[in-house]
Amino acid sequence: MSDQPLLTMRGIGKRFPGVVALDGVDFAVRAGEIHALLGENGAGKSTLIKVLTGVHEPDAGEVRLDGKLIRPASPKEAERAGISTVYQEVNLIPSLSVAENIALGRQPGKFGFLHWPALRRHAREALARLEIACDVDAELGTLSVALQQMVAIARALDLNARLLVLDEPTASLDEKEIAELFAIMRRLRGQGMGVVFVTHFLEQVYAVTDRITVLRNGALVGEYPTAELPRLQLVAKMLGRDLAETAAQAEAAHAVHAAASPLLVARGLERKGAIRALDLEARRGEVTGLAGLLGSGRTETARVLFGIDRRDGGTIALRGREVRLHSPHEAIAHGMAFSSEDRKVEGILPNLSVRENLIVALQAKRGGWRALRREEQEKLCGHYIAALRIKTADAEVPVKNLSGGNQQKVLLARWLATQPELIILDEPTRGIDVGAKAEIEQIVAKLRADGVAVIFISSEIEEIVRNSSRVVVLRERRKAGEFSGADINTPRLMQAMAGGHARHE
Amino acid sequence: MSDDAAGERRSAPAGQPPAPPRAAGKISGPAPARRGFFRSPVLWPIAGILLLVVVNLLRDPTFLKVTIFERHFFGVPIDLLNHSAPIMVLALGMTLVIATGGIDLSVGSLVAITGAVAAMAMARGVESLPLIVAAALGCGALAGAINGVLVAYAGVQPIVATLIFMVAGRGIAQSLTGGNVILIKHPAFEFLGNGFFLALPFSALLAAALYGVAQLGLRRTAGRLFIEAVGDNPVASRFAGVPAARTTCLVYIVSGICAGIAGVLVASNIRTADPLQAGQNMELDAIFAVVVGGTALTGGRFLLSGSFVGALLLQTLTVTMLFVGVKPEVATVPKALLILLVCLLQSERTRGWLRGLFARRAPA
Amino acid sequence: MIARWQRHLTLVATAFVLAVLYTTAALLYPGFFSAGVLANLLTDNAALGIAAVGLTLVIFSGGIDLSVGAVVGFTSIFTATLVQQHGFHPATAAVLALLIGAALGATMGAIIHFFRQPPFLITLAGMFFMRGCAFWITTEQLPFDHPFFLKASAFAVPLGKTFSLPATALALLAVLVIGSVLAHLTRFGRNLLALGGSEQSALLMGLPIGPTKIGAYAVNGVCAAIAGVVATLYTGAGNASLGLGLELDAIAVVVIGGTLLTGGRGHMFGTLLGVLIFGTIQSALLFDGRLNSAWVRIVVGALLLAFILLQRFLVRGLRRR
Repeated sequence: MSDQPLLTMRGIGKRFPGVVALDGVDFAVRAGEIHALLGENGAGKSTLIKVLTGVHEPDAGEVRLDGKLIRPASPKEAERAGISTVYQEVNLIPSLSVAENIALGRQPGKFGFLHWPALRRHAREALARLEIACDVDAELGTLSVALQQMVAIARALDLNARLLVLDEPTASLDEKEIAELFAIMRRLRGQGMGVVFVTHFLEQVYAVTDRITVLRNGALVGEYPTAELPRLQLVAKMLGRDLAETAAQAEAAHAVHAAASPLLVARGLERKGAIRALDLEARRGEVTGLAGLLGSGRTETARVLFGIDRRDGGTIALRGREVRLHSPHEAIAHGMAFSSEDRKVEGILPNLSVRENLIVALQAKRGGWRALRREEQEKLCGHYIAALRIKTADAEVPVKNLSGGNQQKVLLARWLATQPELIILDEPTRGIDVGAKAEIEQIVAKLRADGVAVIFISSEIEEIVRNSSRVVVLRERRKAGEFSGADINTPRLMQAMAGGHARHE
Repeated sequence: MSDDAAGERRSAPAGQPPAPPRAAGKISGPAPARRGFFRSPVLWPIAGILLLVVVNLLRDPTFLKVTIFERHFFGVPIDLLNHSAPIMVLALGMTLVIATGGIDLSVGSLVAITGAVAAMAMARGVESLPLIVAAALGCGALAGAINGVLVAYAGVQPIVATLIFMVAGRGIAQSLTGGNVILIKHPAFEFLGNGFFLALPFSALLAAALYGVAQLGLRRTAGRLFIEAVGDNPVASRFAGVPAARTTCLVYIVSGICAGIAGVLVASNIRTADPLQAGQNMELDAIFAVVVGGTALTGGRFLLSGSFVGALLLQTLTVTMLFVGVKPEVATVPKALLILLVCLLQSERTRGWLRGLFARRAPA
Repeated sequence: MIARWQRHLTLVATAFVLAVLYTTAALLYPGFFSAGVLANLLTDNAALGIAAVGLTLVIFSGGIDLSVGAVVGFTSIFTATLVQQHGFHPATAAVLALLIGAALGATMGAIIHFFRQPPFLITLAGMFFMRGCAFWITTEQLPFDHPFFLKASAFAVPLGKTFSLPATALALLAVLVIGSVLAHLTRFGRNLLALGGSEQSALLMGLPIGPTKIGAYAVNGVCAAIAGVVATLYTGAGNASLGLGLELDAIAVVVIGGTLLTGGRGHMFGTLLGVLIFGTIQSALLFDGRLNSAWVRIVVGALLLAFILLQRFLVRGLRRR
């Protein structure tokens, strides 16, 4: 490894209205190294990548490639400068052939005409360079995601790229495919290329990378050689917890009702590419925490439980009777509720009023033929606006005009109004301010006291520790441990999340 | 899967920075004030109608004159109401379809089919008016159900799914009537499109009544909520337990029934079932009425009263053109320009420009 | 090679349908299987085919254009008026009409692109506008008697003893060849498919979205105008109501030809097959004489339904793997 870094980003800052996404971040990649860029949600990884690839313009700082100052204003300019990117979702055209996908935008030929033989040869060469076996005439959409991903890499490297950015390329690959991808990454490293690797899977970080940069809350935590950073410490850095401090922290009381009957029992839940052989129970009057790093299968579990995604295997029993849920509608009829982590896409009905957002699930549960009486609607709204302290001018304001925290409360109210027996809360406190967070935690406590079974998903480990009666930790789509009572503490959970050989330093 | 594909197309490009101007712009308008009558989007088409009426009055002061003859009202405004009834009815169904984020191109052809069905029923000797009408409406409902199943369950794009009936519909109508124009002689049936009730044209009263029933029905049931929810955010509504597919399917059935009613009115009005000419371009007029009436093609919030007034505006425009001496065939030009104007005014880009214009002027 | 075969599964299905239809017709009706009938398929559907070629390009890009029928009518009456009443040379008039077609297409494309309006609504407005303008010129039919026009419409390349290919069929073949080259051998054509496949990806790949989209509508406008000229040659008179409903037939032809109506997938050759299928159904019903012309639309509608569902499940099936 040379001392002169291939890429240096210095003091990068980026603000969006209301958010500081990056604050003075430094990042350097050397030629011939695979460099992991890690951090939890909102850490600023994707913003940093977007600055690097010319999608966003930074407000502060400079980017140098090979010592030369660059300011890419578009992905195309970044490519021309030598920075190529492959995203998690394959940004290719599934209905065109592999050869065309590799060539699009820079097809060989004169006066706008194509030279098809040259185009195919070119594609074959590009694939051969990476030792990818693939028919260049095949339609891209018919290939496996892994192969598509590799075609994307071939396309990215078709230009004389110096730096390859892989933004979560492994999210939907299986183990064999991942191994193939790693082989390619190592080959590129051997050729003196810099590779930036963004992933949520720690195993992969240790399997393939040379160096790690950790971001948290839009700021740099540090840069470390992979070999010198134990897994547990890495998790601590990502989550922002000092080990010594957390170990000493007094644990909150976690009352476990031994007598509490399980409301929901899931056994051996399977879904291809999402979760594997998962056992889970939710009891009345208990909060079951679902912990794990991003991509560990938390949300996927919730979706399967709620009937959004079909399961490939396993059983779900509600109140002792096995159920097959095919839609959220059925799940709601069974007394379940699910507040999604993606408020914008899966939660709010942005142009509808607070009132309509609040009553929609209850209305759906009661069936569509008889509308709830207007007085009843208003009573419900009045009750929940007051009880959850939702800040809104009145119930008729479009919900998109509310702040994130208040939108979240409206969504909670939507589910509380259905009086569920089981409620799944997926990241209920993400992206909302501290005050609202505390209030939402109070609501969770009240639900538990009222005898509701709660499944609480959060990437904030402290939050899990504070609120849960029992905790199931997921790692890489499997159950990595279950804790209850006094065993629920930050170090133990972190250890389970980090996996690998337990290191007690 | 199908839903995902549709969602992708509709949603803003992923991976882009959040679009601040859009969000900011929408927040800036004080929300409660929009509910005031003077902010209502219905005002625009009403203003359009008034403008056209004034133009007509300037040319011919007797434009609005209504006389009473044989205990019925007669005059241009009455004819206008009578002639806009079929479009009003179509626009009712179309509004609901558009509110779910869809579109129904088949209604024009369905007008021809259902008219033909009614005429053939009469030609075969069916005397009972309810039976005749039921046959027409049943056909409309069936066609709507096919559209609905294609869209809601097979995941076919609305434009594509309803295109099938748009293409095949006239052929079906023609084959029903054997390619002929069928004359209708059935006093009770003829009354529907020509008769007067309480001195007013029955068809217009029927259209108004349907709007009233729809308005009431949508309020009594959760129909409005479900339709708007599905149009506003299909994924979130499904997650909230809204029966999204069923709602979508039902809406197309309603649109088919509306087409059946319009088909009966048209056939009755001209006392013929014309498989080629009946309902020609009516689907377009209905869509225009909805768009002019302030319901966005993107789905979500809808405005039934707007569509009602929009249909009236279109007919007033046609009548005005006729009065000004423009041939009816040419009257499509101002219609095209009107729809273009409405589209451009509704586009985010134009709104951004206008906002910029006002923002710069405001401090001065 | 297998992969290439697989990619054109819908094309194969289309070819199969055509073969079955044509064979059935040939078996049922003596005289159907003749070069003359085959040539007539091209001649009678020349305008439809030319419009379909342009529309194929627009549909590749994920758009749609409902104005083509109206442009045909406008071109017909516009050229007729220029030639018969203002003494223009037919060729000059035709070129002017093509320019108007291009300008209309480009304008609609620009509005669709820059104002992010639904193509279907904007081209609907375009349709109303052009049809209205056509009737504005005159609602009367205007027969041509310019010698050049008569010569052009009588022009035919003899092929064998009993039949020949007239100018209209030649125009269709020429437009098809040009369209195929444009779609399959130029960057523009591939960019169109990419755009229709995924606009977001196309943007990230650095493709010129705006010019490509606007170009597609402009080319389509030109094709529609050529279709107008050809239809006028075929009927021998300028008529503002020419091409009523042509856009629907053209869309049906494109879809039956295996092009995905949502964009991103298709082949110009399929459009030729689609035209032939349409023509075969029409001629077969004519040969039969028992069923009226209405059945053309019904059969086409049924085929449309079949192909849309076929594509739907093909796409799903492919994605699942």
